[in-house]
Amino acid sequence: MSRRVLGFLLELALPAALLIGYGLWAHRAGSFYFPPLDEIFRYFRELWLFDRVGSDLLPSLARMLAGYAASVVIGVGLGLLLGMYRPLRVAAEPVVEFLRALPAPALIPFSLLMFGAGNASKVFVIVLGAVWPILLNTIDGVRGVDPQALDMARAHRIPPGARIVRIILPGAGPRVFAGMRTSLAIAIILMVVSEMVASSNGLGYFVLEQQRSFAIPEMWTGIILLGVLGFVLNWIFLRVERRVLRWHRGARGLLAEHEPAAGAPSSLKKTPTPEKSDA
Amino acid sequence: MSLDGAATIDARRGTPAAGARLPPGRAGRLLASRRVRDLGLKVSGVLTVLLALELCSRVGLLSRDWFPPVTDTYAELFRLGMGRPLWVEIGRTLNGWAIGLALATLLAVPFGILLGSSPAAYRMSRVVIEFCRPVPSVALIPLAVLVYGVGLEMKVFLIVFVTFWPILLQVVYGVTDVDPVVRDTARAYGLPAHARFFRITLPSAAPYIATGLRIAAAIALVLAVTAELVVGAPGLGQSIVVAQSNAQLPRMYALIIVTGLVGWVLNMAFQAVERRLLRWHPSQRQEESR
Repeated sequence: MSRRVLGFLLELALPAALLIGYGLWAHRAGSFYFPPLDEIFRYFRELWLFDRVGSDLLPSLARMLAGYAASVVIGVGLGLLLGMYRPLRVAAEPVVEFLRALPAPALIPFSLLMFGAGNASKVFVIVLGAVWPILLNTIDGVRGVDPQALDMARAHRIPPGARIVRIILPGAGPRVFAGMRTSLAIAIILMVVSEMVASSNGLGYFVLEQQRSFAIPEMWTGIILLGVLGFVLNWIFLRVERRVLRWHRGARGLLAEHEPAAGAPSSLKKTPTPEKSDA
Repeated sequence: MSLDGAATIDARRGTPAAGARLPPGRAGRLLASRRVRDLGLKVSGVLTVLLALELCSRVGLLSRDWFPPVTDTYAELFRLGMGRPLWVEIGRTLNGWAIGLALATLLAVPFGILLGSSPAAYRMSRVVIEFCRPVPSVALIPLAVLVYGVGLEMKVFLIVFVTFWPILLQVVYGVTDVDPVVRDTARAYGLPAHARFFRITLPSAAPYIATGLRIAAAIALVLAVTAELVVGAPGLGQSIVVAQSNAQLPRMYALIIVTGLVGWVLNMAFQAVERRLLRWHPSQRQEESR
């Protein structure tokens, strides 16, 4: 037990040292761009508990979640289709490869023209960026489904709908989740970027606006909030993934691995090939 | 990363693999005919999309106000490609991209090797890494603008800060994933530390490093374009915004297509280099025979 406590302290030592170091330095240096911690935290309390939550944080989150949900539905749906029908997959390949390689922020002007400056254009940009990792991983997952299970299902005349729900989707599950994890990060990034262009609320708008009016501590509170947001959303996602894919980890004998071994990155579970990642 | 390798034989579908049962000549012919058919499918896929867009725009399903016919866009693309300014903009974008990626690699690879070979160092920095990695990179754009102004330095700073993490994590993972039997054997034979590093650790981590670089390259391009688009650093992103505000729609779409092509070419290039350099590695061989 004391070993664990020691390990825990070791893990916290560096972040604590960094924070203290920054605090001391900022106090001494009195830099305009890097205000001291207590000042940032004072502003943070003023702004985000809970003055601007309704006006900036919630609209951002709503757009992000809407875009992410649409990406999951479209990505998994199209992924099933393309994964199961080879001719379609081959025909769609060049188009998908091109759209995937296209940096999503480049589509913001297009989206603004099409949908105006409201919520729809921002959700659209999020979907255009976040759908690809889910789509590609679903295709791969569907193609990797155990062919014997499929043959068995066919031999037993299990209807196609049940085949998809009972065999193909669970089989592709781990890959789908790998894609969804990558997409989550992309969705958050695109949420911020889309709010930095032609917007009137949201976290991205807030941060850029504060910088433009040289309200530096306020800007820092926004950056910190975005960091916390990314961290928390990622954490929630990992919880959900662990729960949904419990059977998979159990089947693979990974369940004992609750506490990631020291020296192995916890975020990188053993996957034989590095997951398809994307930006 | 193609959706479906051209030479893939779908053995999983339950039909016996063509190559396994048939005499070599016929198998080759089958494979060749399949390749031709796939190429036809791909071309028709692209043409269908382009034709549909063109029709929608001509008929008026997509308003001309914001979606000019595809043919206009491609005509503009051709005109731009002939002139010099487009290539200057591409060069500016790629300049920041290359410097940022190179710096991030130079920083992340040694750090990753250090963290990968020392569990204590890894544990110490774990919280920092886990916290910094999911931070949405673009939140730092305002800070970067403040400190570095609107220019190349700002772009490079953003790219370095963001691409550092994926490269670092891949390197750490690659270094910790060395086959323990091989490592112990080398130690038992008394191989000196630097030989162990260059002969065993580095080669077995190489595919992971390559993956990290490929991921980072894509992210770096996104960031370069974003920085140009949002704060107006010179480059492709900025010229897209300029075209939009001047209501030169075909030009705007042509530039978006160029941006996509740049991303696509970079991705292809990284994959090609990776395949060539890591030809000896099992992961690549598997991929080829699959």
